[in-house]
Amino acid sequence: MELSGAEIVIECLKQEGVDVVFGYPGGVVIPTYDVIQRTTELKHILVRHEQGATHMADGYARATGKPGVVLVSSGPGATNTVTGIATAYMDSIPMIVITGQVPVHLIGNDAFQESDTVGITRPITKHNFLIKETEDIAQVFAEAFHIATTGRPGPVLIDVPKDVQVGTAEFAYPERPDIRGYKPRTEGHPRQIRKAAEMLTSASRPVIYVGGGAIISEASEEVRALARKLNAPVTTTLMGLGAFPENDPLSLKMLGMHGTWYANTAVMMCDLLVCIGARFDDRVTGNLEEFSPNSKKIHIDIDPSSLNKNVRVDLPIVGDVKNVLQQLVPLVERADTEEWLQLIDEWKRDHPLTYANTIGVHEEGLEGVDRETVEKGTDHLPLCAQYAIERIGQLTKGEAFVVTDVGQHQMWAAQWYGFSNPRSMVTSGGLGTMGFGLPAAIGAQFAFPDREVIVFSGDGSIQMNIQEMATAVACRLPIKIVLLNNGFLGMVRQWQDMFYARRYSEVDLRESNPDFVKLAEAYGAVGIRVFKDEDVEGAWLEASKVKDRPVMLDLVIAEEDNVYPMIPAGAASHEMIEE
Amino acid sequence: MARHTISMVVENRFGVLARISGLFSGRGFNIDSIAVGEAAEPGTARMTIVTQGDEAIIEQIIKQLNRLVDVIRVVDLTGENFINRELALIKVNASQSTRQELVQIADIFKAKIVDINQKTIMLEATGNEDKIDAIINMVRPFGVREIARTGRVALARESQSKDTPSPEAPLPVWEKERKKITADLA
Repeated sequence: MELSGAEIVIECLKQEGVDVVFGYPGGVVIPTYDVIQRTTELKHILVRHEQGATHMADGYARATGKPGVVLVSSGPGATNTVTGIATAYMDSIPMIVITGQVPVHLIGNDAFQESDTVGITRPITKHNFLIKETEDIAQVFAEAFHIATTGRPGPVLIDVPKDVQVGTAEFAYPERPDIRGYKPRTEGHPRQIRKAAEMLTSASRPVIYVGGGAIISEASEEVRALARKLNAPVTTTLMGLGAFPENDPLSLKMLGMHGTWYANTAVMMCDLLVCIGARFDDRVTGNLEEFSPNSKKIHIDIDPSSLNKNVRVDLPIVGDVKNVLQQLVPLVERADTEEWLQLIDEWKRDHPLTYANTIGVHEEGLEGVDRETVEKGTDHLPLCAQYAIERIGQLTKGEAFVVTDVGQHQMWAAQWYGFSNPRSMVTSGGLGTMGFGLPAAIGAQFAFPDREVIVFSGDGSIQMNIQEMATAVACRLPIKIVLLNNGFLGMVRQWQDMFYARRYSEVDLRESNPDFVKLAEAYGAVGIRVFKDEDVEGAWLEASKVKDRPVMLDLVIAEEDNVYPMIPAGAASHEMIEE
Repeated sequence: MARHTISMVVENRFGVLARISGLFSGRGFNIDSIAVGEAAEPGTARMTIVTQGDEAIIEQIIKQLNRLVDVIRVVDLTGENFINRELALIKVNASQSTRQELVQIADIFKAKIVDINQKTIMLEATGNEDKIDAIINMVRPFGVREIARTGRVALARESQSKDTPSPEAPLPVWEKERKKITADLA
């Protein structure tokens, strides 16, 4: 069957089971948009900025595990996707970005809206393609989807010149392609796995350290099985939140710069550290010299280049985390960890996560406020961000999709929401992209229209992609935006407070912030402002009644609260600042 | 930091060199030399890169290269038995009085004279880098006008014997001669 290039592009997407595309039209992609307007099987979401499209596709991919698809024009359309592609690349998120390009004969001529898109995106994509012949489209799309979704997933960009979209070719979608330079290894080596089982069973102070790889490979069940069979504590990275339920007695919650005292201390004191689908990122390890100094280390990862990159490990296992764990779990036996777990329980009692709200100091795991510590609390604080997050966590039973932006609110959400399920936390971990939250939530809501989607954002982050409010309103998405509004670029302010002697430089937004309630209303969304802790619940319940448009909860929180505990950048875990 | 010769077979297509050189610059790895040309399998090219780094860096370089979809095979030849060669074109000042001596030097190094006129001689030399360095050093006093070097190309020997030449192994002819001439000049 002879089809135009544009028709082939859309056929390829259908063949790959794509049901939604996030995009923005422009000069050189009009041929493809012409096909889109008469295609019923594919929903196209018109965004307000191409960066928004990439974060939406990313949020969709994180929520479902399926690749998110973006369609944009050449030049500025393509360059606007760069931050979103880099965000997905850093967190290994499968994504297909289709960019229009000027006609082949104009490439390299500095034509109108021309940019060297494959050149610009080369270091932030898993792979990218420039198609020069209409007859190559189907093969390239098949390869692109294969590369994006297998091995360690990642974004793949396909640049399609206008004349390639207009030209015609026979269409037949190829079988799963065989690419000679691309053969990801998914099965772990049996001998290495046997060794790992021996090391695990004979450890007396093991810690399981779980990252986003466990979420991507859908290995959360296996992680739970391993921890319970071995009777070993589990800590997760920011990207691994939800891979292990935080209300489980074996949970150490999150580790790293803003992780719990007991998780970081357990990692420091353990005799065996099992890293599952994580990569010893600097926000986790701090000072590498002093990171978990007395432990043997096992590292399971699908990407060989992650192994021995930052930390030398004793036993590397290359393979898909789920496959490896399925082979490993039957081989391990309950380890003698009773004393270790007792010690950890003492640490949890002595060094819980805490926050001070209007009534007193609150400790995790306790009902309300510890009266004995009331005097330590500051009684004139306004609304407390941590309280609001924890309360919303309780009201949604920890079952909402939580999406965050980047900054203090992100760390508070990670600490206080209470994650139990994989793919319930959507956050930009590697690149730390402010402005990610709202569009990513739109993507997640498209993936699961009936689930509660919450964005925890800040007054800095939200303004980086606020234009996507219009997209959310147009699509009648009932996203709940919980804006933790302190009038500051809070995380930078915190660093300036702690490490630059309170010399606040360009972090104060108080005078210039818009009225976020009015702003929400201007977009056609609902805006609710909250000033006090005791009003959080009522506002949340009111917000959750809204089913046909976004709600912006503008929580006016303490201006200068800091995220604790904190390990300063490059320091060791024993240098943790508790408050 | 040891020098390593990394040899790879890559897809011979548009943009591959940029992917590889971009990987090196983006991750802060060094490139001492890089040489590319068609390889035996149709549609592939062989790329030989000489780089420096400790063991951990070389391990990362190889792993990162392997991540590239267009890279088919990567080997670190260092420590293996392999042949490495470089080609250089060297344009040297040559007057009537010095021409004879230059021809002699070329002869010792088995270099060819590929161009000659009233003022200059162009030499074509092949060999490993030491040899190329040696001939350049030898002709430098005559006034080197321009040099073009290819960078190292290398292939593993078919025999997988790992034996290295014993320390008593005779010096190559050019090396003996170079020492003699250096002594003479001194």
